[in-house]
Amino acid sequence: MYSEKVMDHFSNPRNVGELADANAVGTVGNAKCGDIMKIYMKIEDDIVKDVKFKTFGCGAAVATSSMATELVKGKTIEEALGLTNKAVVEALEGLPPAKIHCSVLAEEAIKAAIQDYYDKSGIEKKVECSGNCAHCHGHHE
Amino acid sequence: MIYLDNAATTKVKDSVISAMLPYFTETFGNASSTYTTPGQAARKALSEAREKVAGCIGADAKEVFFTSGGSEADNWAIKGIALKNKDKGNHIITTTVEHHAVLHTCEFLEKQGFKVTYVPVDEFGMVNPEDIKNAITDETVLVSVMFANNEIGTINPIKEIGEICREKGVYFHTDAVQATGAVPIDVKEMNIDLLSMSAHKFHGPKGVGALYIRKGVKIDNLLHGGAQELGRRATTENVAGIVGMAQALSEACENMQEKTEKLIKLRDKLIDGILESVPYTRLNGHRTKRLPNNTSFCFRYIEGESLLLSLDMMGYVVSSGSACTSGSLDPSHVLLGIGLPHEIAHGSMRASLSEFTTEEEIDSFIKAVGPIVQRLRDMSPLYEEVERKD
Repeated sequence: MYSEKVMDHFSNPRNVGELADANAVGTVGNAKCGDIMKIYMKIEDDIVKDVKFKTFGCGAAVATSSMATELVKGKTIEEALGLTNKAVVEALEGLPPAKIHCSVLAEEAIKAAIQDYYDKSGIEKKVECSGNCAHCHGHHE
Repeated sequence: MIYLDNAATTKVKDSVISAMLPYFTETFGNASSTYTTPGQAARKALSEAREKVAGCIGADAKEVFFTSGGSEADNWAIKGIALKNKDKGNHIITTTVEHHAVLHTCEFLEKQGFKVTYVPVDEFGMVNPEDIKNAITDETVLVSVMFANNEIGTINPIKEIGEICREKGVYFHTDAVQATGAVPIDVKEMNIDLLSMSAHKFHGPKGVGALYIRKGVKIDNLLHGGAQELGRRATTENVAGIVGMAQALSEACENMQEKTEKLIKLRDKLIDGILESVPYTRLNGHRTKRLPNNTSFCFRYIEGESLLLSLDMMGYVVSSGSACTSGSLDPSHVLLGIGLPHEIAHGSMRASLSEFTTEEEIDSFIKAVGPIVQRLRDMSPLYEEVERKD
């Protein structure tokens, strides 16, 4: 059901854990729906210097979190904000239709973390869809 | 591979395959072909199979009708009774934790104008016979309560419910797909009017099951056509499958007590082993009034599918009632039905044994679960909060 790439990122997730000196933290999803993603970032000079995640969810939720963190690591804020769920799916060599919402969640988690960074740094910018914009029953495509 | 998903399906026994094989080759006749030798041989095989299956549940051979499986038997029982008895009333009673073959059939009938009461269950998934009694009205034509739950293994007080239905003059159907061949069943003593079973749950082949219909029960046919199954079900009989089912059920019912004792020992070892080695874990279903082969747990702070995948990668096959494995958005209706909140129900795992399960397999499985759960918890933001509180 899952691609080899998904299984790889599920069994050996990259960047899993917490970041003690994070200055950007985003949490999306909820326990009732069965998936929560929490992204920690260390942003310096507009660059995502480091990123970690913690995820409660299915195999696809773990794999998309892992891939999303890989895709934004070392990137500028601008580039990280440009990450789409589609890009995450492609990088994972596809997801089953019922699991597409996990990639949406991953995109939202990155955006929620950057919004948190803006808020904490007093930058008056609003990231489009800053987490929790999709609900349990709105995720599935 | 260590296979602990026997509630989903079982391995067909070699002896069952041997019993079936001649009916594909030498004795391939159509049981409806009256004057041919192969036809006669097939008819004889069917009649012997019917005797065997009936014998295992305390029924008469003429009360056993072979079907394509458990779902068909459930559909037939419920739709057949509802349609045939609609002059008497249009009310059906069932429970919130039935198999979808029962629930979706009831929902279908609701769309046709029938009224259905879904009686809730207690925290173990058990039906209170009093609740059934109180739900019966003058309009009630059928009560359908599962013998044992397929997810959490809890066994219902079937005899008591049957007694109530008999007193009230209401037909009583039980979906015994998980219970047949696993626990003793006597349809007469238990006041059962209709009972569904499925061969592949007791080491028989897939695609064959049966519905017991007590003599005198008024029921419509589901499949119309030829006069097979004593005129009750059209379709050329699946002779080999039926022979296999009868062989498998006979074997399951042989030395049942002895096999059950061995299974319960293994089951309880598994339950105790998991509860002792993995914190924040609950057993789903009743501790003792449960199927000898069923265990079901919820591990807090993790999600069932990721647990399943991890176990699968290590060669352990189990199942889960999480939303991600059910293909829907909600976790199992059974786990919600026993009152678990969504977030706990998402972290479920069912491990179901068979007579082929060994103690070594159970030991190995218990050892594997703890570290996998811990790895997933270490990844979980929900667990992080727990650790902080501690």
